Amino acid sequence: MIDLAVKLTLAAFVFFGVLNLAALHTWLERKQSAIIQDRIGANRASIMGWRLMGLFHPLADSIKMFMKEDIVPAGADRILHTLAPAFSVFFALVAFAGIPFGDRLVLGGRVIELQIANIDAALLYVFAMLSLGVYGVILAGFASRNNYALLGGLRATAQMISYEIALGIAIIGLVMVYGTMNLQEIVRGQAKYLGGWIPLWGIVVQPVAFFVFLTAALAETKRVPFDLPEGESEIIGYFVEYSGMKFGMFFLADFLETILVACLATTLFFGGWQVPYLTPDGFRFPWGTTIAVSQWIYVLLGVASFSIKVVAFCVLFMQIRWTLPRFRYDQLMRLGWLGLFPISVVNALVTAAVLAFFID
Amino acid sequence: MAVKVLHRRELTFWEKLYVPQIVGGLKVTSAHLFRNLFLHAAHRVGRLKHLRASVTSQYPEEPRLLATRFRSRHRLTVREDGTPRCVGCMLCETVCPAKCITIVAGEHPDPNVEKYPVRFDIDLGVCVYCGYCVEVCPEDAIRMDTGILDVAAYSRDAMKLDIHELMDPALRKPVSNCSLKFPHQCRVASGQLKDHRSGTQKVLH
Repeated sequence: MIDLAVKLTLAAFVFFGVLNLAALHTWLERKQSAIIQDRIGANRASIMGWRLMGLFHPLADSIKMFMKEDIVPAGADRILHTLAPAFSVFFALVAFAGIPFGDRLVLGGRVIELQIANIDAALLYVFAMLSLGVYGVILAGFASRNNYALLGGLRATAQMISYEIALGIAIIGLVMVYGTMNLQEIVRGQAKYLGGWIPLWGIVVQPVAFFVFLTAALAETKRVPFDLPEGESEIIGYFVEYSGMKFGMFFLADFLETILVACLATTLFFGGWQVPYLTPDGFRFPWGTTIAVSQWIYVLLGVASFSIKVVAFCVLFMQIRWTLPRFRYDQLMRLGWLGLFPISVVNALVTAAVLAFFID
Repeated sequence: MAVKVLHRRELTFWEKLYVPQIVGGLKVTSAHLFRNLFLHAAHRVGRLKHLRASVTSQYPEEPRLLATRFRSRHRLTVREDGTPRCVGCMLCETVCPAKCITIVAGEHPDPNVEKYPVRFDIDLGVCVYCGYCVEVCPEDAIRMDTGILDVAAYSRDAMKLDIHELMDPALRKPVSNCSLKFPHQCRVASGQLKDHRSGTQKVLH
């Protein structure tokens, strides 16, 4: 019973954070793009005259989305048309269950791992949910009874399949190094130091895998420069026939996937909730100073570290999104199959060889 | 047939690597981002105001300076005793290509003036802002220098200005009739927002 309550609390905590961050993404997107382009950005929505740099715009947007008419095209498959956005959001949300956002917390003799579902194969689980997300996209294209939507859905499928392979193989090297698929264990495995100074995070161990992962993950989120499935204004995407909150849910799913990918990149390559030189007993700096911290501070520092890294990745993704133009479709396929795929395979092979011949 | 051969430059290996080029692009956008973020933060604490963080002008709050020859909403100039300078000669009504001016002339008590406008209506919903009325006026009685740009109303009737509104630009019927309290609509009428051209208007009156 208490276990269930603990899990529900964890789930509520994660979803509260994740959904709010997704809503803030709309604000971040508008503001960051504006500032990059020497503009000011949305700042008109106000409550009692308070504008707070446009922070009320996500609220106004969501109210607008809910109020809008929900149109299902004549001849469309009504059930699938409704299910598709729900699928997208569901799988994007459910994947967060596998992400560890903090170290274990001992509370009244009960050990609580700060991860909703402490699965041994959490990595596989997250990837499976990430892949299932494409079903929502395909269904949307298929159920809309619109040729352009269907083509958008097909583009999405091809893109997802191409990039998921590179994504998966890029991770193999990392799994070999840490010897586990448990994300919590992978994070714990990153608590080593190169020469006592440099944190031996995933990016230090597997820099090539990081770049392949980052590129493939960007493609996975279906945002510029890989937004061929959507192509809002030019090449009509899979959600042309959607309006109101259903359309909003596709956008929400996009932002959720961006956050998920940021979480994954943090967990796998940037030490997850690790704070450099922080051990469960306290800070232990390489020059010999030690600062003892209590368990609560330690866990909170971990959660804060994880959150900061995730937000930093979100900002980086946004920066990339507002820097690069969209890839052409053949360029996208070439990059996926002739660029990232061979690189990730070679990376996995080299990692395996190094592990086999040079390390014990 | 003239054939133009396009020579596409082959990308070098360095460029084909994508990553350095992407980093180059990110450098450009990040430079803008951090510069503008820094300037926005500095403006908040009142520093570096001479450096602009954005090209945006926040329109209703900070109206743009208009060129002196800009043709904005009309006004009728007045004599020192407050009566309109207009002598009801009908030249503007005649020259108006949009036929938006309606003048009814009456006999002025001063025999030197002969006529004065009993009614002087301009339908702003029809006006094309050509400025011919200003050019043709022999008495300098009509001008288009109020600086009023946001002429908006909820009905066509409300777009029609009578002589009182034309003589006193502060009387703004379309706007003061506005019942919705948009912060950017009623500020001039309620006196919260200073008309940025009020300085020049004093000279003109």
